[in-house]
Amino acid sequence: MKRSWWKILCIVLLIYALLGGLLMGVPRKAILNETIRNIYFHVPMWFGMMALCGCSVYHSIRFLRNPDLLSDIKAASYASTGMLYGILGIVTGAIWANYTWGKPWSNDIKQIGAAIALLIYAAYFVLRNSITDIDKRARVGAVYNIFAFVMLLPALWIIPRMMESLHPGGMGNPGADPRDMDTRMRMIFWPAAVPGFILLGIWISTIIIRFRKIEDKNLLHV
Amino acid sequence: MYKHVVTLLKKDLLLELRQQYTFYGVLLYVASSIFVLYLAIQQPESDVWNGLFWIIQLFICVNAVAKSFLQETKGRMLYFYAIAGAQQFIIAKLLYNTFIMLLMSLISLVLFRALLGNPLVNFWQFTGIVCIGSVSLSLVFTMLAAIAAKAQQQASLMAIMGFPIIIPQLLLLMRISKAGLGEAFQAGALADMVWLLCGLDALVMIMAIILFPFLWKD
Repeated sequence: MKRSWWKILCIVLLIYALLGGLLMGVPRKAILNETIRNIYFHVPMWFGMMALCGCSVYHSIRFLRNPDLLSDIKAASYASTGMLYGILGIVTGAIWANYTWGKPWSNDIKQIGAAIALLIYAAYFVLRNSITDIDKRARVGAVYNIFAFVMLLPALWIIPRMMESLHPGGMGNPGADPRDMDTRMRMIFWPAAVPGFILLGIWISTIIIRFRKIEDKNLLHV
Repeated sequence: MYKHVVTLLKKDLLLELRQQYTFYGVLLYVASSIFVLYLAIQQPESDVWNGLFWIIQLFICVNAVAKSFLQETKGRMLYFYAIAGAQQFIIAKLLYNTFIMLLMSLISLVLFRALLGNPLVNFWQFTGIVCIGSVSLSLVFTMLAAIAAKAQQQASLMAIMGFPIIIPQLLLLMRISKAGLGEAFQAGALADMVWLLCGLDALVMIMAIILFPFLWKD
């Protein structure tokens, strides 16, 4: 019970985000209308993805400092959940864009950034699968993970601010300015939707990690 | 430190001079791919020209850089391991690949201009951008070649790993190079993007120097 408090918190936050997000009042805006509620589900995917990929890189760095296969398993598991979040983010974004921008994909710089991120993590898994030696796979995978993540940061955080975008923010402004949001929506977005989905991602990752630990029991000596 | 880098660099250059087939191989690759392009679309308009130019640079870079780690056999790597540090080794490789890529880019620029027409308004500005671009490309792909060398299928893996990583830089380059094609930019926007590219180059170099030692020990 003591150790699973954050899982209970995660469920509570997500229920609040789901019910509040679908039922509570939102500002009426032309074009956006009720689709504005998607912000509770689409945007937290990106926060979640960044958090999970950050965890993945953290474990990759730990692996390089102290080669322990468990760190490698953690890095790969967090990366796979991060990629799942990325796919969900792209899909929710494409559905939303279909109704507001008129088509699911319009080569917006942030869409390109998201696609780059997915391609990078797909390459990470291809790279891992192409190396059969377990220690080597862990080490090379960790190096690529760190390198790719660092190269991804400018693509996601700097370049979008230099180009025109259909997304709010951009052109010199932060991507998501907390002050821009309606007060009612802020009450759901920041305290519930974002942390709730991040916690859910971590929860899924820990389950994958436990599963892989059992799978590779004879390699880990634990 | 510097002595080792210079020696390793010299060794790479000497090897290149002695076994010229690799150098001429890449050169032929440059020439024939641009010739094929010329046959396909004689004189494209400037946007197409620009796009094709950078895509060709990308493929040249993959080909020119991939071999730099492929040619090092296991025994030779062991020898380098004994006489020099990982950092010196990767710095020498980065410098050497940058040099080769600069050469290839400038050659392909001349060929592009000769065969595919000349939409360039400001030739020297574009040449400068090409230099910046080829440095960026070669740095990123040197690091990726080092990673791919540890896995078996070299070239294909390099493309899979490299293309997503290079897209942001390539987009920036295509954007900047429009200056050479006569597009007017907001004051300061061009300089900002050039500085961003230089910053990215520095980032890649730092990452390579930090991360390569972990790849190197087997």
